[in-house]
Formats: sequence, structure tokens, C-alpha cells
Amino acid sequence: MRQLKSILATLEVDLRLIGMIAALAVIWGVFHAVTGGLYVTPRNIFNLSVQTASVAVMATGMVFVIVTRHIDLSVGALLGFIGMTMGMIQAKILPEFLGYGHPMIWVITVFAGLLMGAVFGAFQGWLIGYLTIPAFIVTLGGLLAWRGAAWWVTEGQTVAPLDETFKVLGGAGGTLGIFWSWVVGILASLAAVALVFQSRRRKVAHEFHVKPLWAEFALAGIYVGVICSFVAVLNAYEVPTRRIERMFEAKGEVMPEGLTMGYGLPISVLVLLAVTVVMTIVAQRTRLGRYIFATGGNPDAAELSGIDTKFLTVKVFAIMGGLVAIGAVIASARLGSAANDLGTLDELRVIAAAVIGGTALSGGVGTIYGAVLGALIMQSLQSGMAMVGVDAPLQSIVVGVVLVFAVWIDIVYRRRTGS
Amino acid sequence: MTTQPPLVEMRNMNIAFGGNHAVNDVTVDLYPGEVVGLLGHNGAGKSTLIKMLSGAYQPDSGDILVNGEKVTIQNPRDARRHNIETIYQTLALADNLDAASNLFLGRELTTAAGFVDDDSMEAEARKIMARLNPNFKNFSSPVSSLSGGQRQSVAIARAVYFNAKILIMDEPTAALGPHETQMVADLIQQLKAEGLGIFLIDHDVHQVMELCDRAAVMKNGKLVGVVKISEVTDDDLLGMIILGKHPHTGEVMEG
Ligand SMILES: Nc1ncnc2c1ncn2[C@@H]1O[C@H](COP(=O)(O)OP(=O)(O)OP(=O)(O)O)[C@@H](O)[C@H]1O
Ligand SMILES: [Mg+2]
Repeated sequence: MRQLKSILATLEVDLRLIGMIAALAVIWGVFHAVTGGLYVTPRNIFNLSVQTASVAVMATGMVFVIVTRHIDLSVGALLGFIGMTMGMIQAKILPEFLGYGHPMIWVITVFAGLLMGAVFGAFQGWLIGYLTIPAFIVTLGGLLAWRGAAWWVTEGQTVAPLDETFKVLGGAGGTLGIFWSWVVGILASLAAVALVFQSRRRKVAHEFHVKPLWAEFALAGIYVGVICSFVAVLNAYEVPTRRIERMFEAKGEVMPEGLTMGYGLPISVLVLLAVTVVMTIVAQRTRLGRYIFATGGNPDAAELSGIDTKFLTVKVFAIMGGLVAIGAVIASARLGSAANDLGTLDELRVIAAAVIGGTALSGGVGTIYGAVLGALIMQSLQSGMAMVGVDAPLQSIVVGVVLVFAVWIDIVYRRRTGS
Repeated sequence: MTTQPPLVEMRNMNIAFGGNHAVNDVTVDLYPGEVVGLLGHNGAGKSTLIKMLSGAYQPDSGDILVNGEKVTIQNPRDARRHNIETIYQTLALADNLDAASNLFLGRELTTAAGFVDDDSMEAEARKIMARLNPNFKNFSSPVSSLSGGQRQSVAIARAVYFNAKILIMDEPTAALGPHETQMVADLIQQLKAEGLGIFLIDHDVHQVMELCDRAAVMKNGKLVGVVKISEVTDDDLLGMIILGKHPHTGEVMEG
């Protein structure tokens, strides 16, 4: 045990990250045993990752919101409203001008969604930053208002079917296939290795302390291993033969004997990975990110250092809004329709994911990868219980208890480590 | 010293919070290579006065002149542009960030691509700390885990690094032990020798007698007077602070 600790210390990995991965491993192990080996399978991991994407994308934005000592209760309702509006745009409005199935429909729709998200988010941020109305109140109002607005768009009717290309962004219908999944996996691996050694070179150039070389290799190896196993697992999930047959029939061809196809990386998961990388860069390597954390740590100090904290609040909520729009794209595309209850209770899932991922409500502390893992932990619990056949009310109880327990563990951990 | 224009001059400064006239018609100036002490009871208006110079507060009326020219300072950025740096009484540090991030907060070094360059900032922070406080070694932890003296070093380094010409220090030694207090005193002497002008707010009359060239005393938001340290005694200063009694004229301020 002590040896393990010293290895971890040499690797300089975040202990909280280890804790979350351990929690995930326990959850997966238990459900795998209880379901008789159905849980940790390519099919279920594929489904888990697709179901996690929307909430995880929003959770990365919630990290910034909570780090700056705010909260956003409106994300689920805003997702519903943007989802409905995007549904109308692609299914009712654009086809009138462009014709059904026009290749620009999904582009215009997604762009309109992102614009709405950023503008509505910025508006809430303005109310909070400049008019100094507490975020809790502004976004509680937003929760009610956007949900009502979502109903108004169609007077409560569900919009379906959605544009065929748009639906690719959501789930099982839109995957990269085996070849391109490996291309993405290999590029990501190369990037990870390059980052590890580039950072080492910079530190050496400044004559700073660096980890032993074996530790750098071990870390790079772990990154590559995780990326490649993830791709391999998703590639191992095979498209049903009947579905491949139908694809060939649609093209007027006959399916070759014995052909199999793996799904590979879903587009929605690719979007999540891209969002995670970009948000991590923003958090760690840009002035904006630095100011977000400084403001969360000490708003007065940030202000006295010349940081415009009011405008910063607008930016943070605009980013949150944009990510809600991406969440709305993924969620509605996955379902293939837009209903006015889309995203109900998502605000709580998103906040819980960020908090389980180590974001402190007192501000100043949080990581993007933590929030994504937090979302995965929540979804793993929920899917697992659904698979085992736990009643819905009991599922809620368990998730609620886990949330409170996770935060308590986090408090104890912080007190122990003095951070 | 008096032949050149003052480094900074605050003329007839006024600010009120609601009905509380926190700074009432105060005029002070500061020359290069000079340390001016600001004295007065708790709530006399010292911090408020210098916060108008550092851009944290907007005066209701009054003029600020830098090198003889009138300037407008509307925010901390404006003040920094005039090379005015401030070490606040409450140590304006972001506790969750490390020393280098705090040192460069609002003025980060960036790479060619525009990303913040933490490694270069840490290298610079190490250099300046080696000069100011050679015992300072902890560059990777958040400043919340540093001692009061170490945190003070970070705050001072922040002001010194960016070539301050006018340095405002609001009770820089209030939270420090004797050793660290001496360190700050030495530093003030050193910066003064380099030609900086320093406003030093301090409750310790002995310290002011030792470090300052002149002292400005405030009481209930008003200026009791500005005196040369060489022409007064400790008791004179105490009389000004407590009674509002001017040592030369013997006049006692109302209110
Ligand atoms: N932001 C503010 N809002 C309202 N009143 C304020 C504000 N800032 C200062 N004051 C008031 O102005 C007066 C002067 O306060 P100031 O902080 O300048 O005193 P000080 O001389 O620095 O005292 P100390 O020695 O305790 O630091 C006090 O009565 C204080 O309550
Ligand atoms: Mg004060």
C-alpha cells in the first residue's frame, strides 16, 4: 500500500482522479456481477457513453459557473427550449425554403441553436453580473421561463421526424466505423504522448523539477492504453446483420456473405471529447480560464487586479448557454424528435456531475475531466439500476444518497489534504 | 527634491458612502525617493484615500496629478498604467492559485500563440523571490497554504516586479512577525533608494518615525496635517492622531 502511494506520488497524478476511477470500477464491477456479465460489454459501454454525452458536455460548463461561485438551474429548461426551437427550424421552417433533406439544414439548425444558447446565457449572465441579481434567482426564473417557452413553441406538440443528417449527431445512427475510429484513436494517442514530452522539455529548459523519465513513459503509456482500449471496445460492438443488409438493400446491392461491421466512436462522444479538450485548454491555458479561477478564489482580489468580473460573468454564462445548445443537439438527435419535456431535471444531473467530479460550491476549485467522469459515474449508476430492474423511485433515492455521500467524502478529503 | 514636480499629488479629495464622509477635502503629495506615512485611527479614511489612487474607488471630487499632469483613474488597470502599484491591507491574493499565478494576475505572460505561459511565469517568480525573500521555496502550492509572511512576499513581489514608480503599502507588516517586519522595512529602504515614491499606511508610530520622510495624519476623514518627520517627535505624531492637534500651530481640529 505504501509502495503504491509512493508510485502515485512520483507520477504526480491527482488523487481525486484515482478515487473517481476507483468508484467507477466498483460500480461497474458490482453491476457486472449482478447482471451476470451483461454490464461491462461493448454494447453497454457504447450505450453508456452515448447516454452520458449530453449531460457531460453541459457539466463542463457548469464547472466554470460553480467555480465563479454561481449556479445555473436553468440548463435543463433551456435545453428543452433550444431543442424545440431547433426541431421547428429543421423540420418545419427550413424545408419550406430549402426542401426536405437539404444538406445545409443541419448546419443552419446547429448554428441557430448555438447562437440562441450563447445569447440567452449571456443575458442571464448580464442580469447576474451587472444587475447583481443572485444567480440562484435568475436561473430559477430561467428554469420556469424556458420550460414554459419550450411549450409555447408548438403548443406542446412533439416535433418529429428530425432531419436525417441532424440525427447523426446524436447516437447509434451516427458512428465513425472501425477505420475512422482507429484514425481518431491513433491521432489522440500521438497528441497525448506529444503533450507529455513537450511539457517535460519546457520544464527542463527552465531547470524545474521533473518526474523521472520512467514516470513520464508510464503516464504516456496509460493515456495511450486508455484511448486505444476505448476505441477497441466501441469497435467491438457490432452492427446487427439485418441492419447491414438493409443498408445494402437501400443502395440496391447485396450484402457480401459473412460481412460484419463495428459501430466505432459515436459522433456524440466525439463531440464530448472535443468539448472536454477545448474546455480543459480554456481552463488551464488561457487568461479567461485563469480569471475564472481567480475570481472564484477571491472576487475582490480579481477585481483589484484589473479583472472585469462583471463581463467575466457574462462570458461564463454565455459559454454555459452554448454548451446547453450542444447538449440539446445531442439529446434531441439521439431521440430523433423534440418534445417539450426534453431535458427535464437535467439541471440537477449536470450540477451533480460537476460536484461529484470535485467542483467545490464554495468556488475556485474544479476540473473539467472531473465533471465528465462525474457524469459518467451518475449515468453508470442509473443505467445499471435500470438494467437490474430497480424501480424508478428507488433509483432516485440511490442517486440522491450517492450525491450527498460523494460530497461528504470530498469534504473529508479536502480537510485531510488541507487543500 | 522639491525642484522637480511631485511624483503624485492628490488635491482636495472627497468621497462619501451614503452620509459617511469618509475622505473630506484631503490633499497630499509624494516625491521620488520619498516615503510618506499615512497615520490615523481605525476608520480615519486612510485606506479609502489610497483606494482612490489605486483605482478601487472613484472620488466624488478632487484631482489626481502624476508627474504634474492631471490623470483620470477609473479602475485598477488605469492605476497600473501610471505605474501605481498597491499592496492592499487585505492582501488581495487569490488563495486557490499558486504564487506565480498571483504575481502575474491580470498581466499574465503568454506564449506566441496567446496561451498563458505558466513555466515562464514560474521562472520569473523564482527570480524576483530570490531577490526579495530567498527563503521562499514553495512555488507549486496554492497561496492559501503559505504563511502570512510568505503571502506578504507574494503581494510585495507583485508590486515590485512590474516596475512600480509609486508604491502604496496598506499596513504591510500588520500580520507579520518581527523577522518578516524587518525584511519589509529593509525592502522599503531599498526601493526608496531606487527612487520609488511610497505611501506607507502604518499604525506603528515608531516604524513611521524610522522609515518615513514625512507623515500625513487623518482624523475622521479630514487631514490634520502633513509634517516632516525630522521636525516632530513620537508624541507630536500621537497628539495629531489622538487629539487632532497640529504640533506646529497647536490648532486642534474640530469633529
Ligand atoms: N465600501 C465602503 N462602503 C461604505 N463605507 C465604507 C466603505 N469603505 C470604507 N467605508 C467607511 O469609510 C470610513 C473609512 O474607512 P477606511 O477603511 O478608509 O479606514 P482606515 O483609516 O483605513 O482604517 P483602518 O486603520 O482600520 O484600516 C469608515 O467609516 C468605513 O466604514
Ligand atoms: Mg485601512
